Amino acid sequence: MKLFRMFGRSIRDAFKSVIRNFSLSIASISCISITLIVVAFSLIASSNVNNFTTLIEKDVTVVVFLNRDITEEGLKTFENELSKIDNIASSEYKSKEQSKNEMMKESDLFASTMGEWSEEENPLKDSYLIKVKDIEKIKTTAASIKDLENVEVVDYGEGMVEKLISAFSLIEKLSIVLVLILILVTVFLIINTIKLTIFSRKREISIMRLVGASNFSIKTPFVIEGMIIGALGSIVPIIVVIYGYLAIYNHFEGQLFSPLIKLIKPTPFIYQTAFVVLIIGIIVGMMGSARAVRKYLKV
Amino acid sequence: MELINIKGVNKRYKNGVTAIYDLNIRIKKGDFVFVIGGSGSGKSTLIKMLYREEKPTSGQIVIGGINVAKLRNSKVYKLRRRLGIVFQDYRLLPKLTVYENVAFTLEVIGTKKSEIKRRTLKAIELVGLKAKTRNYPDQLSGGEQQRVAIARAIVNSPKLLICDEPTGNLDPDMSMEIVKVLDNINKTTGTTIIMATHDKDIVNKMKKRVLVLKDGRLVRDYEKGKYDNEAI
Repeated sequence: MKLFRMFGRSIRDAFKSVIRNFSLSIASISCISITLIVVAFSLIASSNVNNFTTLIEKDVTVVVFLNRDITEEGLKTFENELSKIDNIASSEYKSKEQSKNEMMKESDLFASTMGEWSEEENPLKDSYLIKVKDIEKIKTTAASIKDLENVEVVDYGEGMVEKLISAFSLIEKLSIVLVLILILVTVFLIINTIKLTIFSRKREISIMRLVGASNFSIKTPFVIEGMIIGALGSIVPIIVVIYGYLAIYNHFEGQLFSPLIKLIKPTPFIYQTAFVVLIIGIIVGMMGSARAVRKYLKV
Repeated sequence: MELINIKGVNKRYKNGVTAIYDLNIRIKKGDFVFVIGGSGSGKSTLIKMLYREEKPTSGQIVIGGINVAKLRNSKVYKLRRRLGIVFQDYRLLPKLTVYENVAFTLEVIGTKKSEIKRRTLKAIELVGLKAKTRNYPDQLSGGEQQRVAIARAIVNSPKLLICDEPTGNLDPDMSMEIVKVLDNINKTTGTTIIMATHDKDIVNKMKKRVLVLKDGRLVRDYEKGKYDNEAI
């Protein structure tokens, strides 16, 4: 009961003190807002980079050309063997007729020459379009497909894909590191601002100690105050995230420079990001206060 | 019955200055004691050790059964809840009203709301500030502010009231008024009071026990004393 009462008092005092120390609260809140906006932007940027790299990675296809004289039975064995290889997400059969028709649609020149081919004369080959689960293992997967019977050529853009993958994984790692560094910088900035707020209330803390407040009951209102300030400080960044991203998304019509680079759909992405920003704000405010007030509890 | 027992206390600060040498004092429950001495006499150090702002280097200080010298930092609040402390500079919270300043003591230790109201109003009445309950400290005179500080110190019904030069910032009339308030508290509630001061008039008029400190040593201990200029 007593603990409950003390907790209620802490919450009430925290709100009171945010209002009573209004100018300092505003200072802390704006500091948190500005840094959180930067954090939010880097979060959005890194999520988008990750998103489009995964999209591109998903697009990579292994094309398998089969022997021209493959029989129906050979085809069945091939499919059977193929399904035994791990790392294969999906496979799609494309007969030489289909390939021919597709190519004919692409240009008039193709259409006029290919149109004369009979089924017997068609020099194209039956093929499989295969997508892999883990793109980093694409090389070994391609090699084991190549070992199967009746396989003539396996093509997945060797060299090019590897370069792409290593570039993407570097970008992903860099963007994560950047976000982490930014969050760390925010924490330091906020701790310092809150220290300033608490420094101006050194006297209050020392009086609390003098009249017999336990360290816990001194700390709690400040920690709650930090949480409130953190939450208030994340309001502007959240608005910026939601409306800013919507504006960007609509302006670029969902893609950046080319259809290859797709932006993440706003819902639920903006709400998730807003939530993350709020949580970062609250945690950082809480930690900042707890650290800053600790110094004055040693008398 | 003794409330305070100081035995063989030495205090040496980290910078090498020794402030108190082998101090032995016993103070009975319900006493009103003046501590006098010039600057550098160790008066402030003694007061600070009583409420465990400073720890003695050696020796024992027992207040109401608590060994203050051995009290850990995180347990200091247990001692402070049994004490009231009044300072020269009042140490009120400027953004709280008189009522809130006094109630503060009870709130931080988690007293019930109805209880807080009853005891706060009683303490404010005891120091004669009933009319100014809703005022802020900067709307009060120095003497009134000090009375708020006293109300805050006694609201938790402490056994011991420690006053560190409570009249240092006040003119003689107001000082006398404050001491009368303290004397009244001492008589009506039986609270033990220790008051460090260098106000001659007060000490001479009150005729209470007087401890004289000089260069960190207790040099005189008068039962019904006066301000002893020579000893200082």
